[in-house]
Amino acid sequence: MAADDLCLLEQIVARHGNDASKLLQILREVQECFGFIAPAAVNSLAESLAIPRARIESVASFYSFLHLTPHGEYRVLFSDNITDRMLGSQDLMAQMCQQLWLQPGKVSEDGLVSIGTTSCTGMCDQGPALLVNGRAITRLTHQRVMEIGQLIRNRTPLADWPADFFRIENNVRRSDLVLGSTLLPGVVLQIALALGGQHVVDSIKTSGLRGRGGAGFPTGLKWEGCRNAPGSEHYVVCNADEGEPGTFKDRVLLNLQPDLVFEGMTLCALAVGAKKGFLYLRGEYRYLLEPLQAVLQRRRDDNLLGKSILGFPGFDFDIEIHLGAGAYICGEESALIESLEGKRGVPRNRPPFPVTHGYLQQPTAVDNVETFCQAVLALHIDAEKYRAIGTEKSSGTKLISVSGDCPRPGIYEYPFGVTVREVLQDCGAVNTRAVQISGPAGVCLGESEFGRKLGFEDLPTAGAFMVFDDSRDMFEVARNFVHFFAHESCGFCTPCRVGTSILKQTMDKIAAGHGTRYDLNEVENLDRVLQTTSHCGLGRSACNPVLHTLKHFRPAYENKLKSLDFEPAFDLDGALARARQMTGRDDAGAHLKAEGI
Amino acid sequence: MSKKLRIATTSLAGCFGCHMSILDIDERLFALLELVEFDRSPITDIKHCAPCDIGIIEGGICNAENVHVLHEFRKNCKILIAIGACAINGGLPAQRNHLDLSSCLTEVYLTEPGLAHGHIPNDPELPLPLDKVHPLHEVVKIDYFIPGCPPSADAIWKFLTDLIAGKTPELGHGLIKYD
Repeated sequence: MAADDLCLLEQIVARHGNDASKLLQILREVQECFGFIAPAAVNSLAESLAIPRARIESVASFYSFLHLTPHGEYRVLFSDNITDRMLGSQDLMAQMCQQLWLQPGKVSEDGLVSIGTTSCTGMCDQGPALLVNGRAITRLTHQRVMEIGQLIRNRTPLADWPADFFRIENNVRRSDLVLGSTLLPGVVLQIALALGGQHVVDSIKTSGLRGRGGAGFPTGLKWEGCRNAPGSEHYVVCNADEGEPGTFKDRVLLNLQPDLVFEGMTLCALAVGAKKGFLYLRGEYRYLLEPLQAVLQRRRDDNLLGKSILGFPGFDFDIEIHLGAGAYICGEESALIESLEGKRGVPRNRPPFPVTHGYLQQPTAVDNVETFCQAVLALHIDAEKYRAIGTEKSSGTKLISVSGDCPRPGIYEYPFGVTVREVLQDCGAVNTRAVQISGPAGVCLGESEFGRKLGFEDLPTAGAFMVFDDSRDMFEVARNFVHFFAHESCGFCTPCRVGTSILKQTMDKIAAGHGTRYDLNEVENLDRVLQTTSHCGLGRSACNPVLHTLKHFRPAYENKLKSLDFEPAFDLDGALARARQMTGRDDAGAHLKAEGI
Repeated sequence: MSKKLRIATTSLAGCFGCHMSILDIDERLFALLELVEFDRSPITDIKHCAPCDIGIIEGGICNAENVHVLHEFRKNCKILIAIGACAINGGLPAQRNHLDLSSCLTEVYLTEPGLAHGHIPNDPELPLPLDKVHPLHEVVKIDYFIPGCPPSADAIWKFLTDLIAGKTPELGHGLIKYD
């Protein structure tokens, strides 16, 4: 490693106070600075952070956006959500590969560029999308992809690419309480400080606010649990690792209402007695980092963060932004905390829950971006009034991320209790065959269920709402989701690591025309294993896309199946072709008959 | 006493470790032989399978001959059991799956000196290798899986005695392991 590079490396480490718990942030910056994490860099980091090489490599190899080998000066990753595919992302990727003489997943021989796919980048309302060196480019067309190819071939620095490429739309289509809020920063905090922490907790409990990340845990109970848990420090964590394919509401909230988010975190800090908070921002939203830091700085300047907030002695609180690096599992709160601590994002055993044993084993309140915004507004409009919005068990409003086959994709904010059909009408969807609620882990609804209501009583959701019209093959939708789970399984527990891969192979087998009824039964058996033995929710929900689409769209599967009970998973004779070619044999023994049983 | 059950066993792309584990049931083999008869198996040296009740197969599928043997077992055995990591997942032999078969053969027979007189063996007696090593269930229907590398003798004993008693075999805690 050159002396200059070493110097840069030392600066990065020094900026993070030589703290090994900041390893992920350090690795991210090394990656951003050098394009990959070289062995020499690993050595140097091991020395300056006084941790073993193996720990650094294990963390670096866990996250999709970190590379231990060169991955090209330009690293292009096409978002591979089903909504991107429906908008033609696969053709566009093939076009770029052809233009740059490249195979997907490989680095060009001159080390210039690599092209691959990544899980949903949260740009479903303006896809197809890609990331180039971590920066998002949306609204891809053949023209735009060709221009990108030329910029790469000319080695044009990313900073000189047309600014329009990087423009991200908010696409807010329906505003209510949160998106329509014009609340000034600090107003609610002032009220809260007058009330005191216990009163804030009580109000949030009265408001009936429940977590907006999908699970719907009562926020007031969580804050109370955290407040009462013994610990030397308490922490507030905002989960902005919005990785559920088809969800992008947090991106819009962080862009349009960052003050609500930070005010909510500060409110929570007051309620639980925290001095420090983290915003865990998914790596795909890297472009939001600087604007968010500017907001944090403004809030510090206005005494809304820092020491003695709003002149209240003893109320000290500040927020740090941590960036993820491409790992869906880090949206699970205990995996997120592991990641915050600079480790692999493997979910912890629960209990104990983060509320008592979270960041650094201290009491930690982890809430979704939207939950913090809702908490501020619940307090502002009064808890009782807030409770009156929505339905009995789901108070307040919900941001829905609509994408897929509809003319007006984007963000829709509704009071809870809105029906699927109303959302479909508002977004202009016609001939709708199915709606996927809450991402691949959620539920797939057929037309007969469009009268169901979004809310914790009926359809709990983190916000994803993907629309599929009657031109779509629901088998391919499920297959895309199954591939997603296999890719994102963290690998810690065997049932999920192996099970998601088996499921993927089964779906690929059916897609290749080798599937039988036996395979469908096997999916149900596999689901039972994953449901009962997986370490976390990822494995438990991995079979959902198949089971739900099977329930409503069985013909989409059946017309791909052979009529036999069993078929080999691959073409037996074809598997000998390579050996025949190498040995020059073509006798009877050099062939295999396909035999179904 | 009712008719003895017939069992056939074979090792395909495996190391015979699972068969060693079968032998490890030790003196319980005598008890087993009260209940079963061995058909095609390394224990009997019978070369081809007659109709059997239970077939036990260790190892994955790496060449054309493996496919033929597996088909023979599937046709003749009422119940087919995949035993061990290789039969279930491809195991160690499947480590070659990330290599291209042509470059494997080229490397072994053409590039490296001193082997096979500089040509790739093409005698029709030799089974051709498949381009990838596959687990058994990708080629025929498998009824039961006994994981482990190898599964312990206790696991095999429990599994077989359950099966012979006409129960659904169940390996409880301690008997199922994946390595």
